[in-house]
Amino acid sequence: MTETVLEIDRVSKSFGDNKANDAISMTLARGEIVALLGENGAGKTTLMSILFGHYMPDEGRIRVAGADLPPGRPRAAIHAGIGMVHQHFSLAPNLTVLENVMTGTEKLWSLRSETGRARAKLTALAERFGLVVDPDARLGDLSVGEQQRVEILKALYNDARILILDEPTAVLTNLEAETLFVTLKEMARQGLSLIFISHKLDEVMAAADRVVVLRGGKVVAERRAAETSKAELAELMVGHRVARPVRDAHERGAPVLEAAAVSVRIDGVDRLKDVSFRLHAGEVLGIIGVSGNGQAALAGLLSGTLARSSGDILLYGEAIGDLSVADTVASGIGRIPEDRTREGAIGEMAVWENAVLERIDEPRFSRHGLVDRSAAVAFAETIVSDFDVRGGGPYTRTRLLSGGNMQKLILGRNLAERPRILIAAQPARGLDEGAVAAVHARILDARKAGTAVLLISEDLDEVIGLADRIQAIVGGRLSPPVSAGEVDARALGLMMAGAWKKEAA
Amino acid sequence: MRFERREHRPLALIILTPLLAVAAALALSGLLIAAAGAPVLEAYWRILIGAFGSRLSATETLTRATPLMLTGLAAAVAFRARVWNIGGEGQFYLGAIAVAAVGSQFLAGAPGYLSIPLLLVVGAIAGMVLLIVPLWLRLRFSVDEVVTSLLLNFVAVLLVSMLIDGPLKDPLAFGWPQSQSVPDVAMLPKLVARSRLHWGFGIAVALAFVVHFVQSRTVFGLKSRAAGLSPEGAAFAGVPLARTLLLVACLSGGLAGLAGAVEVMGVKGYVTTDLSPGFGYSGIVVAMLAGLHPLGVVLAALFTATMFVGADGMSRALKIPTYIADVTVALSLITMLVAVFFAQYRIRR
Amino acid sequence: MSTVLDIVASAGLWAAVLRIATPLIFGTLGALLCERAGVLNLGIEGIMTFGAMIGWLAVYHGTDLWTGLLVAAIAGAAFGLLHAALTVTLGLSQHVSGLGVTLFASSFSYYLFRLIVPLAGSPPTIEPFKPVTVPGLAEIPFVGAVLSAQTPPTYLALLLSLVLAYVVFRTPLGLAIRMTGENPHAAEAQGVNPMAVRYGTVIAGSALMAVGGAFLTLSAFNSFFPTMVQGRGWICIALVVFASWRPGRALFGALLFAFFDAFQLRLQTAVDGVPYQVFLMTPYILSILALCVMARRARVPQALMQPYRRGER
Repeated sequence: MTETVLEIDRVSKSFGDNKANDAISMTLARGEIVALLGENGAGKTTLMSILFGHYMPDEGRIRVAGADLPPGRPRAAIHAGIGMVHQHFSLAPNLTVLENVMTGTEKLWSLRSETGRARAKLTALAERFGLVVDPDARLGDLSVGEQQRVEILKALYNDARILILDEPTAVLTNLEAETLFVTLKEMARQGLSLIFISHKLDEVMAAADRVVVLRGGKVVAERRAAETSKAELAELMVGHRVARPVRDAHERGAPVLEAAAVSVRIDGVDRLKDVSFRLHAGEVLGIIGVSGNGQAALAGLLSGTLARSSGDILLYGEAIGDLSVADTVASGIGRIPEDRTREGAIGEMAVWENAVLERIDEPRFSRHGLVDRSAAVAFAETIVSDFDVRGGGPYTRTRLLSGGNMQKLILGRNLAERPRILIAAQPARGLDEGAVAAVHARILDARKAGTAVLLISEDLDEVIGLADRIQAIVGGRLSPPVSAGEVDARALGLMMAGAWKKEAA
Repeated sequence: MRFERREHRPLALIILTPLLAVAAALALSGLLIAAAGAPVLEAYWRILIGAFGSRLSATETLTRATPLMLTGLAAAVAFRARVWNIGGEGQFYLGAIAVAAVGSQFLAGAPGYLSIPLLLVVGAIAGMVLLIVPLWLRLRFSVDEVVTSLLLNFVAVLLVSMLIDGPLKDPLAFGWPQSQSVPDVAMLPKLVARSRLHWGFGIAVALAFVVHFVQSRTVFGLKSRAAGLSPEGAAFAGVPLARTLLLVACLSGGLAGLAGAVEVMGVKGYVTTDLSPGFGYSGIVVAMLAGLHPLGVVLAALFTATMFVGADGMSRALKIPTYIADVTVALSLITMLVAVFFAQYRIRR
Repeated sequence: MSTVLDIVASAGLWAAVLRIATPLIFGTLGALLCERAGVLNLGIEGIMTFGAMIGWLAVYHGTDLWTGLLVAAIAGAAFGLLHAALTVTLGLSQHVSGLGVTLFASSFSYYLFRLIVPLAGSPPTIEPFKPVTVPGLAEIPFVGAVLSAQTPPTYLALLLSLVLAYVVFRTPLGLAIRMTGENPHAAEAQGVNPMAVRYGTVIAGSALMAVGGAFLTLSAFNSFFPTMVQGRGWICIALVVFASWRPGRALFGALLFAFFDAFQLRLQTAVDGVPYQVFLMTPYILSILALCVMARRARVPQALMQPYRRGER
């Protein structure tokens, strides 16, 4: 009889006005793999963070093997046999694998670290679960997949019986993800109980025994994976689906931006290798890839913040030298950065300041070195009203805006100027469905008006929905373009894993 | 116990914050005064009298506030752009010695309306140079400018001492070594007759307004503020970080150098190794008390000058060491930090 | 040239090296400890000043020298507690908070000193630590002469560097400290309390700094006077970077630095025509150079200067 190892009993948690978890109850049986499914902002990570002791719940209790779990302390969770593999790894790049694993595992005041014993235990665990890694390697030198193995080993080393994995495949290729799920199934077979958080329906259907669906902080459904379908889960996950806009047929125009064998070198390493693409007016070119494969270098190159080390770029048919930020803005290139709170806007500045900062040297916003504040504020006001930016006006401190509204502001300041080219990096990341739909609609509008859009994304649905042509980015290289009509999600998955490289070689 | 960011801070809170900080600092040093066996309220009363009780003391306080306003502006300008200029003391001394050197060696016969502006510029440039070095080291070698600007303070003072002992030595001075003097015509005229209060005070106040104007109305002000708040965001928006920070360093170092120039040209006309009782460091406190706001710097400098000048008189009467003023000023830096924190965050259980 | 050789060959020089290095060793180890946990402690100059004053004051009032060192350590720990409260609990700017502590500790030390010890023609003195002869070590040629000129705190400093090197790299406590300085969230996820670790290291580190200051009044000189620390605290901060945050290298760095300092002092008397200020400048300039050389290469604790707020990932 499968016993219940974990009981979450009406747990609630609010952050200010935001009720992230609302009376959530769920159970976990021994040897079971449960998927916690939901969109961004549904409350999955909050719940798991409470389970692991990062946060204190406002209400509710958690019982592990029948005993109450003292809330709010990771040490208590570890002691109770709960381990967590965080989405953003809890690792120190400067320390070795063994040091990362050993932290906090011995009595603080003992006179010696028993590294010999620790190394033996770690190696045994690694072999048992097939998670091979070198204990003395410096963590920062390992690949992302290897680092995740260390995260998992850390939890197992602490004798975790219940393992929480937060979006484990976010940074893995398809192949690595498959290997991971094989490992997870093996762990479950050996008696561990697992919860993994995901918003990817394919994974959930393939790997989980049971699915718990969260929406708006509440549990809306539970299903056995064998008894449901992707379609049902999708509907449960999103509820009243705000229909995502779909592109219609559109004739593309002439090429406006071309790259030929371009490489970008950062700190001595080629992050972008020999890439070529041709972007036409009135089309969306989707660059799909798991994060960490050179997207930042590509976005930086086209946004004017990085220089290329080799290759040619043609802008509106003419070869250009290095592109500076001022050049991009002056040439009608709009940029939506990946990190909206750090690069996209300066939180402590007012909305009007963020609206005009990249254009402040233009004569309409400044003369003789003096800022024309009324012109700038007026510009900001048009953006706020035309692009439905809510949560404040031109004088509001930008950090008070929600993610979606901040993104609308960023989109607005670019699209208001009718750019000829738009470089959009992960434009809908972290937004709720309503905001995603708004962002996608704007991108499609721009496409219709003749803007050439380069969409860098890790979201298959987004790229399939918006792009006319698609190229995959893998290890700093770009695949040859395919037309959106010719591929499906599976084919794209293969492209993202680098299947096209063999042909080229 | 958690801290939660407040959405907006009412203007009343912003103005109240430095006042609360000062009150807390006064209360804490009151404890020290009491521990020394002296009556606390009387001590503060005597400080106030010592600073403003007579025409002479009032002009003294304003005179003392002048270099503090300038070093305070220097620190405020720099900190706003996250350039940690702790070298105000050294920049002050370099500005002072540069003025004494150029004034005494080259401008003996020149008319006042030429030499005064020239010397002010010389002083500013000398200060600028000393801050450019740490900033360049930061841009080029990623070396934290806090430590380098601090270490250069000691180098600058030694340099001044060397010059005063050597080429710039005043042969007619007995006792304590001092530099040769700036010609009389190149000295800043007095603002109030038979006092030490000089035009430098007016220059400092005027500069506070100029800095405020630059920061709030110019493109440079906007860009430097952006660079200080978020280097990534500023870079993405096309703000040239290196150039902007260098300009900020010029402005900040120039103001600190000007502080030294003005002090020499306004008060004694020559440089000694004890010309500054820590103006550079006090300037940092002034800047923080002012919330890095240029106009606030004027008020904060007046407060600080009041403490220092007043403490002299109080000390004579009550036998409390004058260092109590330094303690109070130092404490007000800490209390201001704490007060600003509680103005920005509220406590949640 | 022969002057140089003469100086280098004299036991007197090397004895001076160890003596000059001692406060630097204490200060650098103290700053290193704080920074390994992620906290920059710019209060060091003020804490060393206060340590110098209070240690001396205790001995002046009759305690023995070791108690004087202990009193200094406790005072340093108190200032460390203040700095920790500001930077760890409130998460304030580590730069400005440290400067505040330095200004406060220095001015407080002058105030207290002047209150208790009235101004006199020449400052009052105490009986400092006497050089100690360790049987066995004293017989070694040359080295023996150098070591026999050293006072107990110097031996303590040398011992402490070895102890700290062991603790930082070979004990669970050291690992907890290092992890806190690299990624406090990771430390928390492993059951370590980053705030407690930061408090502990800042308090302990500040105690060490104060002892370094007390060495100046209880061993090197025998009286206290304002500005006697002369920027040694800042030099220690530079030495931490030079040492790549490793206690063993901190010892080496302090000795190297003290060598140049002792060397230039002797060169001063041997060489005519160069103003003494030039020689005095060299320690500071050397420190800046050391920073430039090491800054890019050193592996900085990644969470240095970042306040740790629970639950904020």
